[in-house]
Amino acid sequence: MIRFEEVSVTYDGAHEPVLRSVDLTIQEGELCLLVGESGVGKSTLLGAVSGLVPHFTGGTLSGRVTVGGRDTRTHKPRELADLVGTVGQDPLAHFVTDTVEDELAYGMESLGMPADVMRRRVEETLDLLGLAELRDRPVASLSGGQRQRVAIGSVLTVHPRVLVLDEPTSALDPAAAEEVLAVLQRLVHDLGTTVLMAEHRLERVVQYADQVVLLPGPGAAPVVGEPAEVMAVSQVAPPVVRLGRLAGWSPLPLSVRDARRRASGLRERLAQCTADPLPAAPEAGRAVAESSGLCVRRGRIQALRGVDVAVRPGEVVAVMGRNGAGKSTLLGSFAGLHAPGGGSVRVGDAVPHRTRPQQLVRRVGLVPQEPRDLLYADTVAAECAAADADAQVPPGTCRALVDDLLPGVAGRAHPRDLSEGQRLSLALAIVLTARPPLILLDEPTRGLDYAAKSRLVAQLRALAGGGHAVVLATHDVELAAEVAHRVVIMAEGEIVADAPTAEVVVSSPAFAPQVAKVLQPQPWLTVTQVACVLGESQ
Amino acid sequence: MHVHAGAWWLWALGLATAASRTGNPLLLALLVAVAGYVVVVCRTDAPWSRSYGAFLKLGIAVVVIRLVFAIALGSPVPGTHVLLTLPRIPLPHWAQGVRIGGPVTAEGLVFAAYDGVRLAALLSCVGAANALAHPARLLKSLPGALYEAGVAVVVAMTFAPNLVADVQRLCAARRLRGRADTGITALLQVGLPVLEGALERSVALAAAMDARGYGRTAEVPCAVRRLTAALTMGGLLGVCAGTYGLLAAEGAGLGLPVLLLGVTASLAGLWLGGRRSIRTRYRPDRWGARAWLVSGSGVAVGALTIWAAALDPRALTPPAVPLTAPVLPLWPAGALLVGLVPALLPRGDAR
Repeated sequence: MIRFEEVSVTYDGAHEPVLRSVDLTIQEGELCLLVGESGVGKSTLLGAVSGLVPHFTGGTLSGRVTVGGRDTRTHKPRELADLVGTVGQDPLAHFVTDTVEDELAYGMESLGMPADVMRRRVEETLDLLGLAELRDRPVASLSGGQRQRVAIGSVLTVHPRVLVLDEPTSALDPAAAEEVLAVLQRLVHDLGTTVLMAEHRLERVVQYADQVVLLPGPGAAPVVGEPAEVMAVSQVAPPVVRLGRLAGWSPLPLSVRDARRRASGLRERLAQCTADPLPAAPEAGRAVAESSGLCVRRGRIQALRGVDVAVRPGEVVAVMGRNGAGKSTLLGSFAGLHAPGGGSVRVGDAVPHRTRPQQLVRRVGLVPQEPRDLLYADTVAAECAAADADAQVPPGTCRALVDDLLPGVAGRAHPRDLSEGQRLSLALAIVLTARPPLILLDEPTRGLDYAAKSRLVAQLRALAGGGHAVVLATHDVELAAEVAHRVVIMAEGEIVADAPTAEVVVSSPAFAPQVAKVLQPQPWLTVTQVACVLGESQ
Repeated sequence: MHVHAGAWWLWALGLATAASRTGNPLLLALLVAVAGYVVVVCRTDAPWSRSYGAFLKLGIAVVVIRLVFAIALGSPVPGTHVLLTLPRIPLPHWAQGVRIGGPVTAEGLVFAAYDGVRLAALLSCVGAANALAHPARLLKSLPGALYEAGVAVVVAMTFAPNLVADVQRLCAARRLRGRADTGITALLQVGLPVLEGALERSVALAAAMDARGYGRTAEVPCAVRRLTAALTMGGLLGVCAGTYGLLAAEGAGLGLPVLLLGVTASLAGLWLGGRRSIRTRYRPDRWGARAWLVSGSGVAVGALTIWAAALDPRALTPPAVPLTAPVLPLWPAGALLVGLVPALLPRGDAR
């Protein structure tokens, strides 16, 4: 269905090609997963299928890409629109009209389909994706999972034979991700659609894939094969695969179910271990930040309803819950971005929204969902100098932090050219310049690969070890299991659970990390813990 | 429920015509009430249907500004009832005819208020149309040849609200860096990142539209393409020449036929140009009985008010000099109530 023959792509002004002599065949009706670290050319490869590379992005493509027999050299993206459906990373950027139903019809209108066919397909797609109740809703008012489903639906109505998706579940909470993946499963099974998708969160998708394409590095030849084979050699791997490697299982398990069936031996070995599997919780101290009965309204929505939470020094707290549950608002309230409508919030001895920003940076630092929002200057060095001036600390403080968190980044580099993970570290360094005792991170792992994520985990542990209190809002259960001492689960602006990580995540399947699901009822949560315990017992 | 978007705009245009023909504050208040009532009854739950409130606030601001100007700069209306006298600021001789301060008369204030209320009523009519039928919905009824230009306009319109949201988000982010989040400097410093973000979003949208088949065209014979171009260009020239003929002192006899010819040629050009576009429309708005009633009621309000203004100018534009209390003329008020027809129509459940 999709053939790459000797394909190389070089962008204008780049010295090295992003893709070099890629040969690849994807059969009809396959679900093919594209994996690799950030910056190895995953998006470029996806763009080459839909023709956006090079017709829209510029650059030079040599070799030949054919989709369903059509050569992308001679067919522009719009001439492939009836064959290839593309959904990018941000569904909002994809929407042209303003209501769900019009959005579903848009692609068909462009292709000039007859009115009765359009009507029938819109109804079918509404049912297929479970969007029937949302048909008249404006797209701006939908939740993340709903948006992603509408975006997929909007390309499905033209009945494309190929669907290309760039990180369809990265921004979604676990339940919404399940929704989207269930839809993709149905498409592949019932309609025979060929699906090609890139995704960092392998733990969510790898078990559904028929074929995995691994890009080991920029310009390196791709490794193609069965998921289990490729996972055996892959740098990037989900926890269940890493657990399989640790326990020496072959073939490697890809799903929790596979792993559980083989885990009885491992469970027996672990049952003899007595080491305390939980990360040591810090001893109780005076809370760094506290809210009681906190209520916040944002526009017409009551975002927080009576939230009581306290964070102590040296503690890492993960705030979880579905999109729109009030996680970001809670973090924003601690950083003084939202004035409380009721109740109180306190950071140190200050009331955040009444404190001048200059004083507040010494008490609390927030890295927003889009770290880029914190960066204004056009070089890393200028950004550091500005951060030193803002925090009124000796020049060089921020640069030292950057060197620590982000070794090897030149001062001349433009913040926009950094990778997602590097930008996050830069924003974190800027926030840390004023040495605030409370650090807040909003969705820090969105778009991060496993390597960047493990660096972030190490950074957060070091911060907590140094006595900082860290609060992160996240959908990433694996990250929460890895670093958090405590998990707070929110729903509809209220706290529904607030307890040590092991207790919360094990008791609810949606928030349980893979290792916990495999080793249930034993209390281990991460591969690192298991490795540690096995190492000690030998 | 979904009446043709064009019908709502015609209805609002009729009401606006009525508003422009009267200065009677009682009639104008009645008109705003009629428009407001229809909006409340007929609007959907789409995000833009909340825009009516914003237009009303804008109207109030217009009245206030008009009054402030009348107080500060004086009024051209001669008046005898002096309410207060502000100290006059002497101006150099080249600013003759402008005065700042001086006596404030009741007549001047009343005249300014009437004027302001009329503008506010016009704004409320535009707001009502906007709340009931988003301009983007009019796009569905554009001829095929104009569709692509129409999309550009709609994308530009969604650009503004996104820009405002970006500015708010980035100003909040400034606070996180320990800088002031209000003031001119803050706005200037976030300017570049905001523009960068907007540009990136536009590029992403353009890529998505391209990948979804925007701009696919049908093969059209060369002769048809040339004919289209000739008809459109010739038609537009004809329209220009005809309009000039109608307005200029000489050649008025030729003006009308040339104008008509130009309009016909342009329409033919548009129709031919539409053949290049292969686009079809999903559930287009239909012009049904409800649309006739809605647009008809608006046109009736406009026509009746124009007629009433010709019959009884004093009742519809009560003079500010001498001061008199405005009275509500009965039958023009009744004519305005015709504008309520859309609110009385039974609500259909399907669109």
